[in-house]
Amino acid sequence: MIKASLRHRFGDFHLEASFDAPEGVTALFGRSGAGKSTVLAAISGLLRPDAGRIEVGGKVVFDSEAGIDVAPHRRRIGVVFQDGRLFPHLSVRANLRFAERFARRPCDTAHLVGLLGLEPLLKRRPAALSGGEKQRVAIARALLSRPDALLLDEPLAALDAARKAEIFPYLERLRQEAKTPMLYVSHSLSEVGRLADRVVLMRHGRTLSTGPVTTVFADAEAAAVMGFRDAGALIDGVVAGQDFGDGLTELALSTGRLILPRIDAPEGARVRVRLRASDVIVSVALPEGLSTRNVLPAVVEEVVEGEGPGALLCLRCGEDRILARLTRRSVRGLGLGAGQPCFAVLKAFAVPPEDITILS
Amino acid sequence: MSEAEWTVIVLSLKVAVWATLVALPFGILAAYALARWRFPGRSALNVVVHLPLILPPVVTGYLLLILFGRNGMLGGYLAELGIVFAFDWTGAALTAGIMGFPLMVRAIRLSIEAVDPGLEGAAASLGAGRFARVVLVTLPLALPGILMGAILAFAKALGEFGATITFVSNIPGETQTLPLAIYTALQIPGGEGAAIRLVLLSLGVSVGALAISEFAGQRAARWVAGR
Repeated sequence: MIKASLRHRFGDFHLEASFDAPEGVTALFGRSGAGKSTVLAAISGLLRPDAGRIEVGGKVVFDSEAGIDVAPHRRRIGVVFQDGRLFPHLSVRANLRFAERFARRPCDTAHLVGLLGLEPLLKRRPAALSGGEKQRVAIARALLSRPDALLLDEPLAALDAARKAEIFPYLERLRQEAKTPMLYVSHSLSEVGRLADRVVLMRHGRTLSTGPVTTVFADAEAAAVMGFRDAGALIDGVVAGQDFGDGLTELALSTGRLILPRIDAPEGARVRVRLRASDVIVSVALPEGLSTRNVLPAVVEEVVEGEGPGALLCLRCGEDRILARLTRRSVRGLGLGAGQPCFAVLKAFAVPPEDITILS
Repeated sequence: MSEAEWTVIVLSLKVAVWATLVALPFGILAAYALARWRFPGRSALNVVVHLPLILPPVVTGYLLLILFGRNGMLGGYLAELGIVFAFDWTGAALTAGIMGFPLMVRAIRLSIEAVDPGLEGAAASLGAGRFARVVLVTLPLALPGILMGAILAFAKALGEFGATITFVSNIPGETQTLPLAIYTALQIPGGEGAAIRLVLLSLGVSVGALAISEFAGQRAARWVAGR
């Protein structure tokens, strides 16, 4: 559990952040310059905020009023930096040993090395590792110090799409296995959607909404902060049908079924899908003769109009919520407003593999 | 090689090795402080470190005499503790160390400044204390610069003349290092032959030291880079 409440200013920038991060993965989401990395630096002790209070795992590590400022090496907070920050003069094995050496409790190193696929890398120096490999080593190293919390500062931002795809399965496994609470800083909605349990939204140095990732992602106001263009709600479903001989997978949602390109998961597996708002079409009557079979009955909950030509609709589909991005003209033309029944239409190929997470 | 020449070489090496080894920890400390700490008196420390480079060597030698001479400000107290620098090879080593100090600190400081401070932050987040961070991360990465600094100081110590002759005089077997011996030989009518021999020896020692240091420096640089 991380509880933080901070105030800090440098130059024109004012930071005023306050949030709780319980067990699991909490994403600190915001655009570049929102103050996410400053929050992380303050929690890890590498930056001293002007005022505030930080509590990690039940211990107060910073309290400006009580005059508490625990030195960074005594805080027991692991950090995975954007650039990895492996020690270049040490082999991968020696980098890991460095962490073990200062850990309070022993760690099952062999298991972690296996989990992150590091055996073939142990003898190499960081200079001989790819970006993705470096980040895997950095994650293992941070966990080996047996921290009370793990902070990840955009660990994938410096990687290209292929490297990201390579490291994601490891992060997902870690999220399922690790008991350590994680604070994950990111400005990528797709990363947050896949990895986070909870989201803390930040803008201009302030924390806005906090809550479960599915709730925050489906919130039209929050979506406005995250950016209309990339907004998209998360819906959870269960793999209901597989292998129809056409390479498709059927997901059972709270109402109806969603047909998607094959998802590599057994029947009964829980899956989380991010439906980008711009890919969702809204119809007031049951459409006929469409190429797609994904037609979900829904009710409009809220319409949020932006500055530009667009509007964001929040639709309720049974227990799920879906966001749809339409033009304001369409919203008026169809007379869409709160309480209006409608249908959400989605193409099967609109959901790319990086927007699909297998939860269990 | 005559016995006298041999004595000169052994003494020169002894003075230079001791000067370098004793100066090195202080050099690393000063270089680290100048590179990484912000404290009042930092510019003053920088000036003091560089003084021997700026002052005429005779002035440095004379200042050492005032401080560490038999009747010097510190010399008297140190003599009671059994530490004597005046007219002793230890005085020659002290002089050589001080004269080489600015070169040593400059080289080490540059290499410490080149080490990413974020690595110390990473070490801190893993639980390493202040001292462990410096000793296990920053100094190993600055090793090529530390070696370079030590070599520069060693070379300076081998060639030091003005401050040495001012402070500890020119006593054969005690304070007469290679440059002083060459100077002495040149003062004697018909001593050119002896001087030339000493010059050749000096050349040999310097080139040898340079070759060893080049080799060690390259190895260290390669090791740090992880290749």
